[in-house]
Amino acid sequence: MATVYKKSALLSDVPLHYCPGCTHGIIHKLVAESLEELDAGGKAVGVAPVGCSVLAYNYFTCDMVEAPHGRAPAIATGLKRALPDGMIFTYQGDGDLAAIGTAETVHAATRGENITVIFVNNAIYGMTGGQMAPTTLPGQVTQTTPYGRDVTTAGFPVRVCEMLSTLSGVAYAERVSVDTVPNIRKAKAAIKKAFETQAAKKGFSIVEVLSTCPTNWGLSPTEALEWLRQNMMPYYPLGVYQDRTANEKGVF
Amino acid sequence: MSERVLMKGNEAMAEAAIRAGCRHFFGYPITPQTEVAAYMSKKMPKIGGTYLQAESEIAAINMVLGAASAGVRAMTSSSSPGISLKTEGISYIAGSDLPCLIVNVERGGPGLGGIQPAQSDYWQATRALGHGDFHVLVFAPSTVQEVVDLVFLAYDLAEKYRMPALLLSDGLLGQMMEPVSFPDPVEKFAEKPWAANGHQNKRPHNIINSLYLKPDELERTVVERFARYAEIEAAEQRYQEYLCDDADYIIVAFGATSRVSQSAVDTLRAQGIKAGLLRPVTLWPFPKDAIRAHIPHVKSFLSVEMNMGQMVDDVRLAVEGKVPVEFFGRTGGVIPRPSEVVEAVMKVAGGDR
Repeated sequence: MATVYKKSALLSDVPLHYCPGCTHGIIHKLVAESLEELDAGGKAVGVAPVGCSVLAYNYFTCDMVEAPHGRAPAIATGLKRALPDGMIFTYQGDGDLAAIGTAETVHAATRGENITVIFVNNAIYGMTGGQMAPTTLPGQVTQTTPYGRDVTTAGFPVRVCEMLSTLSGVAYAERVSVDTVPNIRKAKAAIKKAFETQAAKKGFSIVEVLSTCPTNWGLSPTEALEWLRQNMMPYYPLGVYQDRTANEKGVF
Repeated sequence: MSERVLMKGNEAMAEAAIRAGCRHFFGYPITPQTEVAAYMSKKMPKIGGTYLQAESEIAAINMVLGAASAGVRAMTSSSSPGISLKTEGISYIAGSDLPCLIVNVERGGPGLGGIQPAQSDYWQATRALGHGDFHVLVFAPSTVQEVVDLVFLAYDLAEKYRMPALLLSDGLLGQMMEPVSFPDPVEKFAEKPWAANGHQNKRPHNIINSLYLKPDELERTVVERFARYAEIEAAEQRYQEYLCDDADYIIVAFGATSRVSQSAVDTLRAQGIKAGLLRPVTLWPFPKDAIRAHIPHVKSFLSVEMNMGQMVDDVRLAVEGKVPVEFFGRTGGVIPRPSEVVEAVMKVAGGDR
């Protein structure tokens, strides 16, 4: 019988701990498949964050390092400097990357650090039970914005790809979504391109993936996908925000 | 061994690290460790190494975590306020069983404190380099030559026991010039089968991690680590003694204050007071066995420090109340004069001479 689908060898058989309807599983799969297609699993070292994907080190079968909250890009920098031919990636959520780890993110990007960042944006702190994230939308209700995010006191959400696209070290920055099959396919292409950017030593690459949190949004998985389309996409438009990969030397 | 050359403590330290095989230095500017980073930035590009000026001390220590995870000899250096920022990363490094070298060229505190030499980070170095149950190897050189020798030892022991090592220098040692010779460069390094350096599809994946959600698992990990610490406490207590064998009064002092104290011992001996100096070289493990060995013949110990009395706690723990343990110190960047130490011993001795 012909095999039409096979789970990526870059994913372990450990059962995922993610909530039903969470899109982390899809994104894990896209990362694993991309690395596998580039035959990069053997030289890959991933850095797991603090947040819902803290246990990602159990799910990917490449070598893995678990980072303190927000520090993944600094750890990836240390790894990359020690392993210049390695395929080094971080997998981070919005709180990890855009709040506590803002400095590490911005400076890894502006150095043109040759690493790949997979940034999962679901507009909430999931693991700690649904508090306001740096990407929580204006008016969005969370445990710590019970009356909706009031921008006059809590400020505005951070648009990470837009912000990073202004930095000279960024070779590739794209925002994608995993809400529909066509978008999942585009997300896969973006993730693969990001790894290719690193393999060609062209500079910092980041793929921001709009994701859902049905549990903490208080919605069913299907409603959550619809909420993402209705609310997140207008504030966080999909698209390529920076692409210097056509340059032979990338950002340098 | 190289020829003897005259070098500043901070520069000798950097050169020693390079000769010990360090090719990855991550730093952030702060006084008085400045020359360490400056030397690294000059040398590393010439030898294919990494000098990276990080965006913060926090980033620098996490870059060390990353490089150490890959199995290379990595290093960061800072001074007191910067070390406070690094403590988060140091806790994770200890919890992940990674070897690395961290340098604290101490200055006065708390807060921004000052930029003159101090030893007021003793408690931090030996007790509080981050949250959780763990120890860090702590080395306290007192000469530029010893700075060099301890850099080599620190890397070796850090790798042997898979834990971070801290070299506790101070603004005085860092800025002082002394003749020094370097051991031959290290060319063979220990195998690191645990490293996360890409498995090349030849072994199961390695995970560098400090998270254990199940209490019994975390307890087991910590207890195993403490079994290793017990081995270290038995095997690695290092110290140097000066005229201790017949001493009535033993000064305990490390680093810069041990130099001042040694002069004081000579003066006291000339005056007929049987004083000695016990100089801890490792602050963790603390040389408590050496201190205990002198309890039967000393009338009292005097801990001399550039702080308000920190190491004196360890001396008291070692002595267990069997003889008096006194303290003399200056702080805030003030270096005690030998005459002040002589006076402090005289006071302890009272009319007894």
